[in-house]
Amino acid sequence: MVLVAIIIGISLFVAMYETYAERKVAAFIQDRHGPNRAGPFGIFQPLADGLKLFSKEEIVPNHSNKFLFILGPGLAMLTAMMTSAVVPWGGHIHAFGRDISLQIADVNIGILYIFGVVSMGVYGVMIGGWASNNKFSLLAAIRGASQIISYELAMGLSLIALLMMTGTLSMHDIVQQQMDGRYYALYQPLGFLIFLICAFAECNRTPFDLSEAESELNFGYHQEYSSMKLGFYLFAEYVNMFISSAVMATIFWGGYDIPFVNDASFGLNHGANLLAILQVLSLFVKIGIFVFFFMWVRWTVPRFRYDQLMKLGWKTLIPLAILNMVVTGFVILLRQNHWHF
Amino acid sequence: MQALTSKAKVVGRKPMTFWEKLYIPVIAKGMGITFGHIFKKKATISYPEQTRTFSPVFRGVQVLNRDEEGRERCTACGLCAVACPAEAITMEAAERLPGEENLYKEEKYAARYEINMLRCIFCGLCEEACPKDAVYLSETLVPSNFNRESFVYGKKELLIPHPLEEPEAYAKARGQKRG
Repeated sequence: MVLVAIIIGISLFVAMYETYAERKVAAFIQDRHGPNRAGPFGIFQPLADGLKLFSKEEIVPNHSNKFLFILGPGLAMLTAMMTSAVVPWGGHIHAFGRDISLQIADVNIGILYIFGVVSMGVYGVMIGGWASNNKFSLLAAIRGASQIISYELAMGLSLIALLMMTGTLSMHDIVQQQMDGRYYALYQPLGFLIFLICAFAECNRTPFDLSEAESELNFGYHQEYSSMKLGFYLFAEYVNMFISSAVMATIFWGGYDIPFVNDASFGLNHGANLLAILQVLSLFVKIGIFVFFFMWVRWTVPRFRYDQLMKLGWKTLIPLAILNMVVTGFVILLRQNHWHF
Repeated sequence: MQALTSKAKVVGRKPMTFWEKLYIPVIAKGMGITFGHIFKKKATISYPEQTRTFSPVFRGVQVLNRDEEGRERCTACGLCAVACPAEAITMEAAERLPGEENLYKEEKYAARYEINMLRCIFCGLCEEACPKDAVYLSETLVPSNFNRESFVYGKKELLIPHPLEEPEAYAKARGQKRG
C-alpha cells in the first residue's frame, strides 16, 4: 500500500514537472527563456499553475450530462494512474527486515494488463467529449477514440514480435532477461520504432494530437471543461506520457538495468539497497530521455492530417508490424531447429 | 505557353522516392535542427530587468523642459498646439507675478498644459514647432493604465524634475541622446 501511494505520488509529481519541462523545452527550442519568474528558474511554476486551476470557477454546462461530465476526467486520471502498478521500478530493497520488491504487482500478464488499462483510457476521452454536448468536443472525442483504437492494433502487433522473443508477458521477467545489457530494442529496432510511433498516438501527442487540434476543434474533447476537471485531463495526458515512457524503457531498453554495469556483481560488492536505488535512478534517467524525446518531437513535427494519420496507422504501421512479426518468427524457428545456410 | 515574365519557374511534381516516403530521415534532420536551437542565444530578454536600447530617433512621451536654473521654459505661446496634427495639446496661459522669477523663465507661462496621450501620435511636430526648446519627446514610453482620464497628462506628469534639486531624476528624464 505504501508503495502504491509513493508511486502515485511520484507519478503526479513527475507529471507536474513534465508540464514545466514541456514549457522549458518548447522555449529553448524556440530560442526563448520559458517560465522563469516563479522561484529560481521558475521551478514553482507548476505549483502556481495547479493553484490557479484549483481556484478557477467550476463550470458545468447546462445541457451536459452531469454524471458523465464529472466521470470523464476522473476516468482519464484513474486509467492513467493504474498502469503504473505493473511497471517494475527497481530490484529489491532490504528494509525493516524484509525484502521489498519495487514493483506493486508482478502479474504474469503485465503487458496485457497495460494494454487493457490503456484501452480503457479512451473512455475518459469519449465520455468527456460526449457528455459536454458540444459538437467540437464530440468530434474530437470520436477522432481520439478511432485514432487510439487504430494505433492499438499496430502497437499490439509490434509487441507480439517482442513477446515471441521473451516468451513471457511479465514485465519483471522481461527486464530480467535484459539484465546482461542485450536490450530488446537492439534485436527489434523496427518493432521499437512502431511501438514508439504508436505510443505517440496513444498519448495524443503531437504529431498525432488530432483530438486536441486547437486550430480545428477549438480545444478538443475538453473544450467545455474548466477548473481542476480540465486540469485532470491535461494531467492525465502527462501521466500517460510518463507511464508510456516507463513501459518503453522497461520492455525495450532494459528497464531498471544500469547500462554498462553488471548489476548482479555490483549488488554483491556494494549492497543490494544501493543497487536498488541506482537501478531506480537508471530507470528514471531512461524515462527522462523518453519524455524529453516526446517533447522534442512535439516541437519538431507538425500535426498530421486526419486521413494521413489513418493511412499511416492502417496502411503502413500494421503491415510493417506484421512483417516484423513474421520475420521474427522465422528467425526464431531457424535458431530453434539449428538450421544453417 | 510563353512566359509573361522572366520570373516564371517550373515546379517539379515528381512522385516521392522511397527514401523520401520513409519520412524518418527528414524527421531526423528536422529534429537535429530543433535540437541545435536549444543551445542558440535566446532571442528574448527578461524585460523589466533588461531593456533594449531605443534607436537614436525614437520619439517617446513628451517632456516640458526647464532651463539650467530650473525655471520652466514654456511661455504658453500655443505653437505646439497649432502644430499638433492630432490636436492633443491644450494649454492655459498666465502672467508671471513678481517674486516668481525663479519659477518661470519669461513673463508668460503655462498655468495648465495638457497632452492627451491617447490622441498623441508621437510625430514630434510640437518639438519642432517650439521656439523656446520647452517641449521635446523623451526616450520613455507611456505606461499603461486603467481609465482614459489618466492618459491626459498635465504639468505634473510632463514637467521635467528640477535640475538643481533632483539632478539624478533630471538626468534620467533628459535621456541619453541629449546628454
